[in-house]
Amino acid sequence: MDRKLTSNTLKQTFERRSFVVGSIQGGIGLLLAARMGYIAVAENEKYEMEAESNRVNLTLIPPRRGWILDRNGSPLASNRADFRVDIIPERLEDPDATVEVLGNLLGFSEPEKADLRDRLENSAGFAAVPVANGLDYEKFAAVSVRIPELPGVIPQRGYSRFYPTGPSVGHLIGYVGAPSREEYEEDPQPLLLTPGFKLGKDGIEKQFEQRLRGEPGARRVEVTASGRIVRDLETRDDVQGDPVQLTIDGPLQDYAARRIGLESGSVVVMDCLTGDLLCMASMPSFDPNSFSDGIGRVEYSMLSESERVPLRNKVLQGLYPPGSTVKPTVGMALLAAGVDPDETVYCGGGLQVGNRRFGCWNRSGHGPVDLAKGIYQSCDVYFYAMAQRTGMWPIAETCRRYGMQEQFDLPVVSQFYGTVPDPDWKMEKYGREWQAFDTVNATIGQGYMLASPLQLAVMASRLATSNQVMPRLLLDGQAPSFQPMGVSAEYKAYIRQAMSDVVNGPGTAGRARLPVDDVLMAGKTGTAQVVGLNLSDGRSGPWRFRDHGLFIFFAPYDNPRYAGAVVIEHGGGSGAAYPVARDVMTFLFDPQKGLDALHALERQWGGTAQQRLDAQYAAYAAAAGVDLPPAPPPVTLAEQVDAEARAAYEGPQQADDRVFTPRDEANPRAEGTTT
Amino acid sequence: MRGEIALPRPIAEFPWRVVIPLTLLVAFGAAVLHSAAGGSFSPYADSHLLRFGVFLVMALVMSYFPEDWVRMIAIPGYVAVLLLLIAVEAVGQLGGGSQRWLELGFMRLQPSELMKPGIVLIVAAFFHSLPAAMIGSWRALLVPLGLIAMPMGLVLLQPDLGTSLAIGFGGIVVMFLAGIPQKWFIGGGVAAVFAIPLAYFFVLQPYQQQRVLTFLDPASDPQGSGYHIIQSKIAIGSGGLFGKGFGEGSQSQLNYLPEPHTDFVFATMSEEWGLIGGLFVLLVFGIVLRWGLIVAREAKTRFARLLAGGLTATMFFYVAVNLMMVMGLAPVVGIPLPFMSHGGSSMMTNMICVGGLMMVERWNRRATASGL
Repeated sequence: MDRKLTSNTLKQTFERRSFVVGSIQGGIGLLLAARMGYIAVAENEKYEMEAESNRVNLTLIPPRRGWILDRNGSPLASNRADFRVDIIPERLEDPDATVEVLGNLLGFSEPEKADLRDRLENSAGFAAVPVANGLDYEKFAAVSVRIPELPGVIPQRGYSRFYPTGPSVGHLIGYVGAPSREEYEEDPQPLLLTPGFKLGKDGIEKQFEQRLRGEPGARRVEVTASGRIVRDLETRDDVQGDPVQLTIDGPLQDYAARRIGLESGSVVVMDCLTGDLLCMASMPSFDPNSFSDGIGRVEYSMLSESERVPLRNKVLQGLYPPGSTVKPTVGMALLAAGVDPDETVYCGGGLQVGNRRFGCWNRSGHGPVDLAKGIYQSCDVYFYAMAQRTGMWPIAETCRRYGMQEQFDLPVVSQFYGTVPDPDWKMEKYGREWQAFDTVNATIGQGYMLASPLQLAVMASRLATSNQVMPRLLLDGQAPSFQPMGVSAEYKAYIRQAMSDVVNGPGTAGRARLPVDDVLMAGKTGTAQVVGLNLSDGRSGPWRFRDHGLFIFFAPYDNPRYAGAVVIEHGGGSGAAYPVARDVMTFLFDPQKGLDALHALERQWGGTAQQRLDAQYAAYAAAAGVDLPPAPPPVTLAEQVDAEARAAYEGPQQADDRVFTPRDEANPRAEGTTT
Repeated sequence: MRGEIALPRPIAEFPWRVVIPLTLLVAFGAAVLHSAAGGSFSPYADSHLLRFGVFLVMALVMSYFPEDWVRMIAIPGYVAVLLLLIAVEAVGQLGGGSQRWLELGFMRLQPSELMKPGIVLIVAAFFHSLPAAMIGSWRALLVPLGLIAMPMGLVLLQPDLGTSLAIGFGGIVVMFLAGIPQKWFIGGGVAAVFAIPLAYFFVLQPYQQQRVLTFLDPASDPQGSGYHIIQSKIAIGSGGLFGKGFGEGSQSQLNYLPEPHTDFVFATMSEEWGLIGGLFVLLVFGIVLRWGLIVAREAKTRFARLLAGGLTATMFFYVAVNLMMVMGLAPVVGIPLPFMSHGGSSMMTNMICVGGLMMVERWNRRATASGL
């Protein structure tokens, strides 16, 4: 090293380098001051907003849903204050552990835990998933105290939908549930993500969703980082949704649903002066109360496996051959076509048309039959003979005018309109000519003919009043006026009398006579055959081969006020249907007498519809264990039920060439009829 | 200068220039800690003030140590602290976990804290004894590097990256000030460029790697490691020019800000006092560090110069890294802010640095006086 280093040069180096160090320090100091100025002044607004959104938590308060009222103002759907628990899936740290802990706190069974896990998996993540509602205070408190170790779990007080009559109104009112991912994507409002918010999934609840929903309230709170609420800043109350008042008579609806009992069927009752639908019961049904937390897999399996399709609204989506209930309407068609009602046809138990013989249900024959006897004794031969004279067209047109194949302007999710066959229809559908036996089949409501219970009830109203009665479901305080059907007073009275004789005279439904003084009910029985005589006698054997029992009615017969229809699926004939109609009408005119009859029956059946459904559920859940497939989401479910119902009534793929052979429809002698 | 002459000597020689700004800063720090405790003197503010009082007395006592004496204890002191570091490691190993302190009964001693001024002392003493002509030799490079590497390695084992870097920084700055050739620094800088990726993959713990990644992109993990930086910036940014007011900071009061009383005390302060408060803190640190450098430049001996320069650098390292961290300019390393963060070890280390500087200032005055 040539350069001589002394302590003096080192001191100079120190001076120089300490200056460098000092400059760097000063530079960093200035950098820090500038950086802080930038964050605190230039970006102040942005960070102030972020601090505010940290601090303030806005929670929406789900609005109380509007009530659904019956015609007298009693609730068919109301709200019940309750304790509930929800989960926000994206805030969960360990979903499986949380489900386990929560499930144990709430006493969940294994399938219920599996359902909850499915719902969490399929949720949108940020939307609340309902866990349980209607909790008692002990369970609610048990969850609340463990909140610190269960992030994402939200216990709260709220309201849940309550249907006082449960399964009785299931199909009519529908049910509510948490919004699905698809529903949120369609209508992306923050309200749909709020824990505890439910929207209508079916029936009236779905149709009047916007009216029932109401305005959400809001609560602004100051929260800590861990989510603890420090104080309320501001609260805006919710606005309850508007009520919807239906024409339904709540007690009658409940009575009718319960009266169907162990059978599968539907009852429709209308006010034939206003068209008000007083009752649209369809059983068996589901309990809409238990659907509002999502449909459990046990419940879904039980309901979907049942051959009585409890998920289908049979009033609107059940289509049945009307059978002999169509005869009064065909009678109107004959009268309009100029047939003299007093002209008689000799019934010898059958009629030869061309080279075929068509049997009457009464093999031994009715003897001489006029139109009235054709109706009250339900003689097939009379109608075979007269229909040959008029042809199919006037009959088909009259059937349509009396409500068949008609879609009504009702607030319902879907209604099926059935079939009234005519030569054009057959040519278009099957490419085949209309044959004489097609007319014969149609005049007694068999063959291709299909109608829904609602259409049959409308038919009964129009027969009773000879007015173009239109059904309605919403009570608006106005009395509608209907167009007359153009039937003479004489013929109107004639058909009324003939239908009264079905019940009160020498007819096929003597047991349907009302046990009420001064009120006589008129009606018409019908038996719709499902399979040919070779497969079943229609009354015993496999349930699905048995005949449908039908009955249309109105009362009082001479000044009709109420009209309706009862259809009992595979009830083994009309004998299953008219006792139901009798009791329902009895309840309308004398509630106590009606209830006494029902209570006696329910003692035999093992409880009310709700009690039997609960017992069935418990038995099914115990037998099934955990290995059940999960339930589909409600939207898919509704579509599926609809599709199944449609498929069930598609009708034959090939034109049906068989001659229809009616069975014993009802045996007046066995009914103990008095003349 | 008349007023100064009139004052009695102990008062005139008292280091007012540093004690007054420091007291103001500590008092301000206590106010911030009072707020961070939710508006209560305990548990942070009261112990903060008490510790400052105790360590200020210690620093004043230190300032009377003579230079020979200090030079003499450099080597035994260094060896003793090194042995303590090994002891910590051994106790930790026996205890079955990592540990940074020794339980002495009356206090928890963190030997790594003592090593921060210790390394400055030993390196300064080494260069003082090294003949001036040998400053360019390998010995001038390798011996101090060895002295620095041993404690750094032991502290890294704890593992405590922040303290380890602080020790390294103090030692390197003393080497730089001592005048070793510039080429070593350039070479060292190039080596560091290559060493950083290696260190990232082989030396850093996974959680530290995560912190570096998060520093580069805090938004990548807003609920995890990025949370600290994001919340700290929100606190500083929402404070604005004048702050939200004493006790009104929502970020710190509602626990959004992590560690509001230790590492992120500056963010707590900024939220409530705004840019004005921040500039005040920066100003006080500026005054103290400038005073430290002036003391170093006025020092008469090579040892005193290097000692004062190194102690100033150590304090600077604390301040700079902590402030860069809270403002999102550096990754999250656990380094508190001197005189404001709550914590005994940091207060002790920084007051030892201040005491050392006051000591050098006294030596300067003696030398000037005797020179006259």
